[in-house]
Amino acid sequence: MTAEHRAVAGPGSRAGSAPAVDAADGPLLRVEDLRIHFPVRDRVRQTLLGTVKAVDGVSFDLHQGETLGVVGETGSGKSTLARGILMLRRPTTGRVFFAGQDLTAMDAETLRRARRQFQMVFQDPWGSLDPRMSVMDIVAEPLKAHGLAKGEELARQVVDLLQMCGLAARDAGKFPHEFSGGQRQRVGIARALALRPRLVVADEPVSALDVSVQAQILNLLRDLQRELGLQYVFISHDLRVVRYVSNTVAVMYLGKIVERSERHALFSLPLHPYSKALLSASLDTDLGEASAEEALRPAARGDLPSPLSPPSGCRFRTRCPIAIDLCAQAEPPLEEKSPGRFVACHLVPAGAGTPDLAAHAAHSGPRLQTPPEGQARGPALA
Amino acid sequence: MPDPTTNPGANPTANAVVNPATGRAPLLSVEGLRTEFPTRAGVFKAVNGVSFIIDRGETLGIVGESGSGKSVSALSLVRLVAPPGRVVGGRVMFEGQDLLAASDKELRRVRGGRIGFVFQDPMTSLNPLMTVGDQLEETLRLHLGLKGAAARGRAVELLKHVEIPAAESRVRAYPYEFSGGMCQRVMIAIAIACNPALLVADEPTTALDVTIQGQILALIKDLQRELSMALLLITHDLGVIAHMTQRTAVMYAGRIVETGPTSALLGRSLHAYTRSLMLCRPTASDTTSRLLTIPGQPPNLAQELHGCPFAPRCPMAEAACTERDPELLELAASHTSACIVAQRDGLSAVVDRLPAGGGSLAGSAR
Repeated sequence: MTAEHRAVAGPGSRAGSAPAVDAADGPLLRVEDLRIHFPVRDRVRQTLLGTVKAVDGVSFDLHQGETLGVVGETGSGKSTLARGILMLRRPTTGRVFFAGQDLTAMDAETLRRARRQFQMVFQDPWGSLDPRMSVMDIVAEPLKAHGLAKGEELARQVVDLLQMCGLAARDAGKFPHEFSGGQRQRVGIARALALRPRLVVADEPVSALDVSVQAQILNLLRDLQRELGLQYVFISHDLRVVRYVSNTVAVMYLGKIVERSERHALFSLPLHPYSKALLSASLDTDLGEASAEEALRPAARGDLPSPLSPPSGCRFRTRCPIAIDLCAQAEPPLEEKSPGRFVACHLVPAGAGTPDLAAHAAHSGPRLQTPPEGQARGPALA
Repeated sequence: MPDPTTNPGANPTANAVVNPATGRAPLLSVEGLRTEFPTRAGVFKAVNGVSFIIDRGETLGIVGESGSGKSVSALSLVRLVAPPGRVVGGRVMFEGQDLLAASDKELRRVRGGRIGFVFQDPMTSLNPLMTVGDQLEETLRLHLGLKGAAARGRAVELLKHVEIPAAESRVRAYPYEFSGGMCQRVMIAIAIACNPALLVADEPTTALDVTIQGQILALIKDLQRELSMALLLITHDLGVIAHMTQRTAVMYAGRIVETGPTSALLGRSLHAYTRSLMLCRPTASDTTSRLLTIPGQPPNLAQELHGCPFAPRCPMAEAACTERDPELLELAASHTSACIVAQRDGLSAVVDRLPAGGGSLAGSAR
């Protein structure tokens, strides 16, 4: 898989001249104990009111050919994490390695050059495209900024990119307002791919779109992944979407990953109480055995606590249906409870999630839908 | 006897719409509703001949994508469409009164009184300069004539009713001091303040997080039962529809293209648009197939449309589809469709031709 991907991604005309940042066997992206904190000041007196720990100790690896889905609700820190990974927001502490190189230690110019290999797709296709620039200029800008093409060659590359993203050559002369939301998102994707990156971080790329358009963009992202050998970090609040695109899923709550696991394992048997709550709250048209009403009854009580003063111990404990005293006293570390299943919960025993315990845990898991045999294919793109 | 939803012309006695299932007049009956917005590019027909009924205590879902006319339909019921938009045709009978012919004064009694409204964005629907209590009391004063301590007491009661903790003190708080979910609870409290017969909820949970969505939907269900309210629930989310409604109407391009019992409508769709909406969604069981996509764009409603508005994007379309305007016909029990192919070929026509997992039908193009 890995070799194949590298071959497809290939040392293309431009990729060949990229800085030699290829780590032979390590992960493409390694995030180590990343923390991004924001001081919050009184608007008038400028006194420090506190610190929002938007991302508070997040670690993971992303390998070749993988897509990591990050799910979480408002305030979980998933968008801040996306910006932190790309150094669009300098981390407070922690390190981010891309192909073995520490991005947090790079000076501005080195980082600028390294950025060619990791790009971002934004949520809002209205806000993220300059309304006064033509599509040609928007997609050409990164190529010009990195001095990779000019003149006719530049125009040709832009048209190639547009066509690759399902737009027509004549669209290059248009302006963003002439497009629908889905088409704008295609422009945003073409711009992100202009530099032939290896990693694309997509922050809620389909959340602003109607469901029929969503499907077009999800199909496009999958096709591009296969054709170009891309790796994605895919951030979304929508579990269905994350389930469709990801191999690995990380569930975030108030700045921390509470569970990280292979997709099918997580969706068929969520282990963390918050993952269970999220999954049970996601309303599918397939009602399963639970009655329609019953399924509505929330598994998580109350509201999100203030991120300025998160609860002691486990941050989910104030809404958790099974919290005990220990949860208020000690913060549960993210531990590998069974192979490949990382969970931050005192009450999930070691070994949970392995097949023999699955039956035991199953009755507490809401609305389980085990994928049929043969679904659990290898990473990516079947 | 045909359902009046399907065939408004079939009922010649103008003032006596009767639901054939109950033999009584429904709480709300909408017939041939048309709302237009004049624009420089032409007259935009946002709602183009919409008919439906809601019985007392019943829940009707209206589902559709952006621009389908679902929100404008709801606003048109009580003539809340902002100018230059205007309701140009149809009849809205509510509790025996024709709302489109009612005076402004009469309508003000209905809005917020007999019909409560909950909108999508609770943060902008509430007045940021008024306390939550004052906003509740405004409604209580206007509709019920409550003042002073009586109004305050009822406001606190209502906040408790929508499960806002520490209601006695929170009644003096401003909207910014509440989370999105709590603001939506306040909106619901205002909407139910006068025990309305009908609650119109337009995307009530779209702006909220998923764990909060469940809480709000459960609250709406509980209140509906306690207060015996009918509910008109407008959403783009088929999951919400599946959990909340008994009956659903699907809107496309300003028209209703299918109505039916929700489970039948989702499971055995009789219109290609409904079926396509189902199949575009990533599902739990299939994470490998390409998703079905609907090619093209919805039609420009400022232009004259001929035939079925979905035909240009429909994988089942035939020449006949663009020749005449399709009618909503009842094809199965209380299940209507405006698809002429389904009307001719029968109940399995749509599901057979658009099978699950058959993403290649329309999905080959990028």
